[in-house]
Amino acid sequence: MQQGLEDQVALYQKRIPIFTRSVKGSFRRFKTSVLVLAYAIYFLLPWMPWSRADAPSQALLFDLPGRRFLIFGLTVYPQDVIWLALLLFIAAILLFFVTGLVGRAFCGYFCFQTLWTDFFIWIEYRIQGERPARVRLYRQAWDREKVLKLGATHAAWLLVSFWTGMTFVAYFAYAPELVWDFFTGQAAAAAYITVAVLTFSTYAAAGLMREQICTYVCPYGRFQSVMYEPETLAVHYDARRGEGTQGRAVVRAGRGIALERRKSARADAVATERRHQVLSQSERALADRRNQGIGDCVDCGLCVQVCPVGIDIRDGLQYKCISCGLCIDACNTIMDSFGFPRGLIRYDSEKNLASPQPVKAGLHWKRLKIIGYGVALVLMSGYLAYSVATRGSFDRAVTQIRQPLYVVLSDGDIRNRYQIRITNKAGEAQRYRITATGIPPHALDLGNFSEITIKPGHSGLVQASVRLTPEQTETLRGFELTITPLGRPEEARSEYVRFDRPGGTP
Amino acid sequence: MSDQKLQSHTVQTTGHAWDGDLQEYNNPLPTWWVYTFYATVVFALIYWTIYPSWPFGKGWIGGLSDVTYVNSEGVTRTHSWNTRALYLADQNEAVAAQKPYFDKVDSMSYQQIANDPEMNGFILSAGKALFADNCAPCHQAGGQGVVGFFPNLTDDDWLYGGSFEKIHETLVQGRRGYMPAFSEVLAADQIDALANYVASQAGLANDAAKARAGDALFHSETAACFYCHGVDAKGRKEIGAPNLTDKVWLWANVPAAEGDESKVVAIRNVIASGLNKGVMPAWAGRLSPEQIKVLTVYVHELGGGL
Repeated sequence: MQQGLEDQVALYQKRIPIFTRSVKGSFRRFKTSVLVLAYAIYFLLPWMPWSRADAPSQALLFDLPGRRFLIFGLTVYPQDVIWLALLLFIAAILLFFVTGLVGRAFCGYFCFQTLWTDFFIWIEYRIQGERPARVRLYRQAWDREKVLKLGATHAAWLLVSFWTGMTFVAYFAYAPELVWDFFTGQAAAAAYITVAVLTFSTYAAAGLMREQICTYVCPYGRFQSVMYEPETLAVHYDARRGEGTQGRAVVRAGRGIALERRKSARADAVATERRHQVLSQSERALADRRNQGIGDCVDCGLCVQVCPVGIDIRDGLQYKCISCGLCIDACNTIMDSFGFPRGLIRYDSEKNLASPQPVKAGLHWKRLKIIGYGVALVLMSGYLAYSVATRGSFDRAVTQIRQPLYVVLSDGDIRNRYQIRITNKAGEAQRYRITATGIPPHALDLGNFSEITIKPGHSGLVQASVRLTPEQTETLRGFELTITPLGRPEEARSEYVRFDRPGGTP
Repeated sequence: MSDQKLQSHTVQTTGHAWDGDLQEYNNPLPTWWVYTFYATVVFALIYWTIYPSWPFGKGWIGGLSDVTYVNSEGVTRTHSWNTRALYLADQNEAVAAQKPYFDKVDSMSYQQIANDPEMNGFILSAGKALFADNCAPCHQAGGQGVVGFFPNLTDDDWLYGGSFEKIHETLVQGRRGYMPAFSEVLAADQIDALANYVASQAGLANDAAKARAGDALFHSETAACFYCHGVDAKGRKEIGAPNLTDKVWLWANVPAAEGDESKVVAIRNVIASGLNKGVMPAWAGRLSPEQIKVLTVYVHELGGGL
C-alpha cells in the first residue's frame, strides 16, 4: 500500500488506553469500603441460608417457575408488582436527590460499572504493576513477559466475570444445587446462556470498554448533568487558587520542601522543631509563588494520572467526570508533601467558587428541588414500608360474573353469580371462610365451599351465587362479601359487590 | 491519562496508478464493522447446521435439531425442526401436564370432583376453555343462551333435568326438542284460548274467560297438550317438555315482549307454528369421555341442580 496523499480527520476517535496510577486517601478508602461491602453482599447473599418450610433454604431466591420472590422472611408474588414500581420510583428519586446535592455520587462510588472497573484495574495493578510499568508493558513488543502478564490479567478478568454471571444466576435457583448442576452439565439452558452473556458483558464492560461505557453508552451519566444546580457540590479544581494570575508552575528544584506533614506531626520535640522549619519553609515558598502571581498548582499531573476516565479536572467540570474523588486524593497528597494547604481540588459548588469571597464548602439543601425530592423520597419510602408491613396474608379478587349479569329463576327470583379468587400468601396452608353482609341469611350459596383450604402460594376459586326475590332487589344495589382466614379474624377483608336485576339501572 | 487532540491519519490508496497519476482511494471499513460482519457469517454457518436451511434435491437440508412429537393417531414421529412440529410437541407437553387432572376426573365421582377445591379450580378453568370452544357458539360465553334459540344454562330450569347424570346424558346423546304446529289442527280462537291459559299458569295477565276455555282444551284429546306438558302443565323432563308455569322462557320471547297483550301473542305464535329447532348435537365421539365429564361438572356449576 502506498502512503496517502493528504490528511483526513478520522470519523471517530480511537480509544486512548488509560493507565491509572493508584492513590491513597480518604476517597480511595471510601471507594474501597463500598467495593468490599457491595461485593460481599452481591457474591455472598445467594449462599446465605434461611430456613423455609416450603422452599429451598436460601435467603434471597427469585423463584421464577414458582412465580414468587423469596426475600428473607417475605414472600413476594407477582400481584405485589406495585412494590417493584415503588422501589423503582424510590431509586429514581434517590438518584435525583443525591445528584442535586453532591453531583454524580452514584457514578463515582456505587455504580456497578465503576465498582467492577475499579476491581479490574486493581487486578491489572496486582499483575502488571504500577502505572509506569503498565505503560512500559503496553509499549513493549509481544515478548514472553508481555504475553504472560497480559494473559494472566485477562484470565483473571474472565474468571471474575464468570463468577459474576454465576452469582447472578444463583439468585434464581437454589445456589449449591445450581452450581453443582452447572458444572455437571445438568443446569437449564437459560442458566448457561445467562452466565455466558454476563461473563462476556462483564469482561467487555469492565475490562475492555471501561470509561467508554460511561462516556458513550450510559444515559444516566448524561441526564444527571441536568440535575446539577449552581449550589450542587461537585469535584472542582479551584482555578483561581491553582492558576493565580500567571498560571500554574512546577516547583523549582533545590527548594527542598518535600516533607510530609503527616510524618512530621509526631509529638516529640525534634519533630516539632522540624515541622516548624518545614512549615515556615513551605509558607515561604508559597508566599514566594503568590508574589510572582503563580498559582498553587505545581502541575505534577498526578490528578490526571489517577483519573479512571482520563480527563484533566483542571479543565473544569466536564461530562466525562464520574466524580470519584481520586483526583482530590492525588492533589491532597501532593499538597501535603509540599506543605501547601489541601483542597486545591475539592468538593465545592460552582456558585461558591465563583463568588468573590468563597467560604468553606457545605451542603446546601435548602432548595425547592432538593426539598421536593426529599419529600417524595420520604413519602414513597414510608408508603412502601407501610405497605410491606401491613400486607395481609392473602390476596382476594371478587368479580361479578357478567355473562349473564343476572338470571331470572323459575319462581321469578333473581340470581347473580360471583367468582372469588383467594391467593394464600402465608407460609402455611390456611382455611378461609366466606360470608356476606347486607343480604338476607341463606341468600348466599357457596356450593360446597363455604370454607376453603388453600396451600401456601396457591390460589383457590370459589363460585358464589346470591339469590334474592324481586321485592328484595327493589332497594338493594349491592352487598359486602367478607373473607376471613380462620383463626385470624383481624385479617378479614371485605369487598363490596354489585347486585344486578332485570331493568335495574343503578 | 489521555491526549485529547483529534487523531488524524493519512488516506491510503489502492496502490494502482492509471494514466500516470490517476489513483484510487482506499477507505477501509471500520474494523469493528468488519469483525461484526465476520461474526454474522459464523453465526449463519452455525444456524444453517442447526436449523433447516437450503433446498436440496426434492427436499431441503433439515439441520441437526429434531423435534419429536406424538401425532393425533398416536404415532411417534421425529421431524427436522419446524414450527408445526414444535407446536405439536408443545401440545404433547400440555396434554401430559393436564393428564394427572384428567385422570383424576376419570377416577372421581361428580360429587367428589365438585367437593375438592383443587379439582374444582381445574374444572372452572379447563371447563371454561372447553365450553368456550364447543358450547359457546350456541349457549353463549357465559352459558346464558339466547331466548328463542338456545337454552339458558345458568338458570334453574332444566328441560331434560339438571342433575350430573342428566347433563352428562344430554352431552353424550344430544337432544331434539319438537312440538307440532297446532295451527294445522286447531282454530285461531282455540290457539288464543290456549295461549291465555298458559299465560295464566305462568302468572301473566290474561283473559280469564279465554283461559278457562284454554284449560279445557289443554286437558282435552283435541289439543292433547297434557300428553307432553303434563296435567299440571309443569312439563315432563323425560321428553324435554318444558314447564309452562315458571318464569323462565325459552321459545316464546316473553321477557322481551312489551305489554300484556304482546306477551300472550308471543306464546300464541309458538303454539301456532310449533318448533323443530331444539337440536343439541351429540358430543360422544367429538369429545373424550373425560372432557365430557369436565363439561358436565362445569355446566352443573353454572346453574345445575334439579
